[in-house]
Amino acid sequence: MKIVVLVKQVPATDNVKMDEETGTMIRDGIESEVNPLDLYAIEEAVRIKERIGEGVEINVLSMGPKKAVEAVRSAIAIGCDKGYLLSDRKFAGSDTWVTAYALSTGITKLVSGFDLILCGERATDGETGQVGPEVGAYLGLPALTYVSKIEEIGNGKIIAHRAVEGGHEVVESPLPVLVSVVKEINTPRMPNFSGKMKAKKIEIPLLTAEDIGADEERLGLQGSPTRVVKIFRPQVARKGKIVSTAGDPDGAVSGLVDFLTEKTII
Amino acid sequence: MKERDYRQYKGVWALGEVRDGEIHPVSFELLAWGRGLADKLSVDLSIVIIGSHIKDKVKELIPRGADKVYVIDHPALEHFRIDPFSAILTTMVEEYKPEILIASATSMGRTIMPVMAVKLDAGLTADCTGLDIDLEERLLIQTRPAVGGNIMATIKTPVLRPQMSTVRPKSKRPLPVDHSRKGEILVKEFSGEFLTSRVKRLAFIREEAIGAPIQDAEYIVAFGKGLKDSKHVELMKELAQVFNGSLGASRNATDLGWISYSHQVGLSGKTVSPRLYIAAGISGAVQHLAGMSSAEIIIAINSDPDANIFGVADYGIVGDLFEVIPLLIKKLKEKAKEA
Ligand SMILES: Cc1cc2nc3c(=O)[nH]c(=O)nc-3n(C[C@H](O)[C@H](O)[C@H](O)COP(=O)(O)OP(=O)(O)OC[C@H]3O[C@@H](n4cnc5c(N)ncnc54)[C@H](O)[C@@H]3O)c2cc1C
Ligand SMILES: Nc1ncnc2c1ncn2[C@@H]1O[C@H](COP(=O)(O)O)[C@@H](O)[C@H]1O
Repeated sequence: MKIVVLVKQVPATDNVKMDEETGTMIRDGIESEVNPLDLYAIEEAVRIKERIGEGVEINVLSMGPKKAVEAVRSAIAIGCDKGYLLSDRKFAGSDTWVTAYALSTGITKLVSGFDLILCGERATDGETGQVGPEVGAYLGLPALTYVSKIEEIGNGKIIAHRAVEGGHEVVESPLPVLVSVVKEINTPRMPNFSGKMKAKKIEIPLLTAEDIGADEERLGLQGSPTRVVKIFRPQVARKGKIVSTAGDPDGAVSGLVDFLTEKTII
Repeated sequence: MKERDYRQYKGVWALGEVRDGEIHPVSFELLAWGRGLADKLSVDLSIVIIGSHIKDKVKELIPRGADKVYVIDHPALEHFRIDPFSAILTTMVEEYKPEILIASATSMGRTIMPVMAVKLDAGLTADCTGLDIDLEERLLIQTRPAVGGNIMATIKTPVLRPQMSTVRPKSKRPLPVDHSRKGEILVKEFSGEFLTSRVKRLAFIREEAIGAPIQDAEYIVAFGKGLKDSKHVELMKELAQVFNGSLGASRNATDLGWISYSHQVGLSGKTVSPRLYIAAGISGAVQHLAGMSSAEIIIAINSDPDANIFGVADYGIVGDLFEVIPLLIKKLKEKAKEA
């Protein structure tokens, strides 16, 4: 069985700083990490391999700047077998639609005969959760989103639980399939020593748009259908209304209920 | 990219949602969003409803703001499944060519819309909290939070059509019912391969009223050391239940063992971005604020008028939480009965 795990490198979010002049994110000097939600996808891939044993191969694929090779190595350290990084200036500024196009083109080129694509529910920077199902659609695969448990996989099919509103939906799908996972699915492990050694040594091919045969017109900022026209910082300090219960607790609480009504919360 | 004449694309469409055989209220929220957009553009607002035994229930969508209701009603469409739903919607969008297509950022909307974006060769913006029209350019203006709510982004889709977005549930109130509104119900038939699905639904395991994990929760009721004793957690639970929300806590509260660490909000706990965050008996240390300041609406209840938490509150009550919370629960329950 061949598994592909999609892993994104993201800025460690607690450090996000904004350039107030240009309204863009300052990424220089900011530490990066594997998108925390992708760790669950990596872990699940490794668990499938441990369960089935022989003949399971886990491929890690990422798209990003050269530095993102660190994210691929982190995945190898945890137990993935092979890694690839799509890296090209032409990819810069890609929205989810273009990212998914590039990733799906890369998968087709690099991993023939895959059975399963695993990805995180969403990335902590872009936070769209769109790339996974879009990759599935480009490859013509059904997308199982919000997967909280893989009950069975093999013999050309998968049975999985999806965490949706009001409960869990149990579904069966033929392979190949795209699966995006939620945190409920497992507890990611830390890499061990031999994993780290392997990750250090392994060669991670860097591939350009040309290498994967991507249509240049569909890439980068210019190929992206959506355009970010403005970025702004929501106010952290708020000038809220502060009332006291002194003398009139009923009035203070009624005021709160009215406020929640006005804000459409209730 | 497909060659298309985008000037042909006209009208605003919403993808309604059916759950447990009923039109789900997020559909009414979409109509409220869509109505504003359609009026600005002077075009019709249509809603698509895909389900089983739903024909008789779609009438209520017109008084809620729809000009046209497209219904696809078939027993094979009882539950959302990506293959038939996306095949039907793609065909309809290609036939009627709306300039805007919106859906809710629910598990269904967030699954089908990315697939539509690829099938239709169009852009998609996720989880919007604001939608408007730039009339000069005749473009949809989409605003959404990103990076854990640290920033807001405004996004346009200049060329491809339809312009598509998912909108965060509960970010707009449905329009009041207006029975004088006129509209059309159009039943569309689909059969054969449109109804087949590779994915089979084997079962549904229902969960009764367990709060969502806090990082996903839309409503969070959080408490700190001001709660004084673990036995008072019940009071907070009761408030959380009124909102069908989840419980959060400060580190002091988790350190005292009043609730498990999985509920801790802040620098060394979870970062949350709910619609509503109620902080009771929490002082508002920076490490706590780091985890919750991006909540859409923050309510603070604290007996100390100088507590830090009031600096980030949209509405603050200076007072004893043991007086305020029971009163709040009572008033919210009364309000729920009225509705
Ligand atoms: C490295 C580091 C990481 C940390 N990470 C976190 C974290 O992730 N999350 C976190 O929360 N903290 C974190 N902290 C701890 C943080 O600094 C504070 O100590 C903590 O948030 C305080 O919790 P509290 O507000 O519940 O308690 P207190 O600061 O003791 O505040 C209790 C509040 O309750 C009010 N009160 C008392 N009685 C009543 C009443 N009857 N009615 C109404 N109000 C009442 C008081 O006025 C007071 O404001 C971290 C600290 C460090 C150093
Ligand atoms: N540049 C990328 N490289 C590899 N995987 C990605 C990339 N962007 C997104 N993904 C995958 O898609 C998921 C959803 O990302 P997003 O749609 O950006 O929220 C992530 O959790 C990753 O698994």
